[in-house]
Amino acid sequence: MTTKDIPGTTLFDGRQAMKGYALNKMCFSFNSADNRAAFLRDEDAYSALYGLTPPQREAVRARNVLQLIAAGGNVYYLAKLAGIFGLDVQDLGAQQTGVTKEEFKARLLAAAH
Amino acid sequence: MAHIVGGIATSHVPAIGRATAQKLQGDAYWKPFFDGFPPVRRWIDSVRPDVAVVFYNDHGLNFFLDKMPTFAIGAAPCYTNADEGWGIPQVPAIAGEQALSWHIIESLIGEEFDLTTCQEMNVDHAVTLPMALLWPDQNWPVKIVPVCINTVQFPLPSAKRCFALGEAVGRAIRSWGSHQRVLLLGSGGLSHQLDGERAGFINKSFDLAFMESLVHDPRWATQFDTTQLVEKTGTQGVELLMWLAMRAALGDKVERVHSNYHIPISNTATGLLVLSSPA
Repeated sequence: MTTKDIPGTTLFDGRQAMKGYALNKMCFSFNSADNRAAFLRDEDAYSALYGLTPPQREAVRARNVLQLIAAGGNVYYLAKLAGIFGLDVQDLGAQQTGVTKEEFKARLLAAAH
Repeated sequence: MAHIVGGIATSHVPAIGRATAQKLQGDAYWKPFFDGFPPVRRWIDSVRPDVAVVFYNDHGLNFFLDKMPTFAIGAAPCYTNADEGWGIPQVPAIAGEQALSWHIIESLIGEEFDLTTCQEMNVDHAVTLPMALLWPDQNWPVKIVPVCINTVQFPLPSAKRCFALGEAVGRAIRSWGSHQRVLLLGSGGLSHQLDGERAGFINKSFDLAFMESLVHDPRWATQFDTTQLVEKTGTQGVELLMWLAMRAALGDKVERVHSNYHIPISNTATGLLVLSSPA
């Protein structure tokens, strides 16, 4: 649910927590190096193990953060998925805001003034 | 009775762990952040804490959505750091002060705070990074009591409730029959948002007003509900609840020893505040 009061923001509430449970549970499993390796070996099989919904599976396949959030993903767990691909939070920020990483960094710097 | 020496609030951005491991403290990007800490270490040397009570939020290391406590407290002999998935170097385990844990548990539940108690608990970067910033050799001179506040799953506890929790923890520490010297830590914030089209949101004027309020008007932030705090500080900026609980535990009067504020580290406005409690 996007909160009407705060544009571009999804509060991870009960509705999101229910919707995203399978996806977040898979991401939580990536605290283990063995599980990260298993995912990389066979992404389809690993996703099936956690019962991802079709939109969740598609969002993971697309490596698309906004889609992952819309499918119920919580960024604390999604960060573990992103880590597998070597993406940091600035990569995620740039992708979600539709700018390059350099542009995203420049925006952050501008907030200092 | 135990004595509270003061409190320290700091950000816990994961990139700090990478910078530390790569020894980038003097690098132009990092220097304004790390330069905040030598005065803090000198202050710690002067107040000689034995125990640290750490208010922090777990990011999916110890707790998952299967069981998500609003307030959880460690009562473990030892707290272990572990792989969080995106690879920052782990730190040595930290000893727990179990006697204080149980004293706080008994005192708070006596005051009708319904805590989750944990005799096994992994602690993530929100505990380990502040510890490593204060004691870079990671040869921990203090035992800890971690107090975890949920900032993952909404509804979060309100700022008002976190303040009340902090006050109760402060009362518990001051009534602990021990001569130990207790330091309070608040780990998190300040303004930042990692998720959504609003990612990268930072609010300098609110952060500075919040830091100032902790010195002179500590209840100021309790006027805001959680949605208002997200609006003003970002979805992860709500971690300022840790600062608020820490401040509440210090009691009425504090003195500012040191502060620092720097934008940005990673996606985050970083803050550092050291407050002493008059003896």
